[in-house]
Amino acid sequence: MDYVKAFVVGGLICVVIQILMDNTKLMPGRIMVLLVVVGSILGAVGVYQPFADWAGAGATVPLLGFGNSLWKGVWKSIGEDGFIGIFKGGFTASSVGISGALIFGYLGSVIFKPRMKS
Amino acid sequence: MEINKKAYEAYVKEVTPVHKRWPSIFRAFLVGGIICTLGQLCTSLFINGGFEKEVASAWTTLILIASSVILTGLNIYPKIVKFGGAGALVPITGFANSVVAPAVEFKSEGQIFGIGCKIFTIAGPVILYGILSSWILGVIAYVLMAFGIL
Repeated sequence: MDYVKAFVVGGLICVVIQILMDNTKLMPGRIMVLLVVVGSILGAVGVYQPFADWAGAGATVPLLGFGNSLWKGVWKSIGEDGFIGIFKGGFTASSVGISGALIFGYLGSVIFKPRMKS
Repeated sequence: MEINKKAYEAYVKEVTPVHKRWPSIFRAFLVGGIICTLGQLCTSLFINGGFEKEVASAWTTLILIASSVILTGLNIYPKIVKFGGAGALVPITGFANSVVAPAVEFKSEGQIFGIGCKIFTIAGPVILYGILSSWILGVIAYVLMAFGIL
């Protein structure tokens, strides 16, 4: 059942963005920024976490989930450290994702050769 | 000469490739669904292996990113993007792809201005606006808490 939910929810989020892309010709970079910002807003108004608890990876694998975890980190840090936590939590919560992407991205650029675009 | 605006717009409309809508939506659903299901599989395996939910999803993120980097390097992920559209861009694997792809492409320009700069082509805006928006929301929450509203 978890897999069905992940498939359907993840798929539907992608469908919404596909429709948006077809109608607006937004570039992938803008789409990704939009998803992360919307994800953190949905997290802050308290919608995304209950949704993610229900949908599992269907909600956490899309970049909306990345935005939500940024917000979660900020909120948690405010609770722990007060005002300075606002500056701390975002990077704490996204550290694995950002470090992973940069480190593997760097290693990838060392290992792989550029290819001609087909 | 004044360019005929209407004729120009008609021309642009004519030469812009028209995507068949339903197939692209279906493919986005399929590809996005599969990637999220693989993510769920990964998370479930780690939870069954005795990891906390947070740690399990951190592992999932890491594995999805690593897979995407390898598939991008082997020139497979670009094909998945071509087929799946948003289905391949929306998941975290699409983000990883957008980090590694320019780094590989511009490596000939050197460690600093090639890989170092270009690796942030998409990651830079995503990190900047992600951190900025969550910071703004944090400030709002902090102020609301200070006034006892939250």
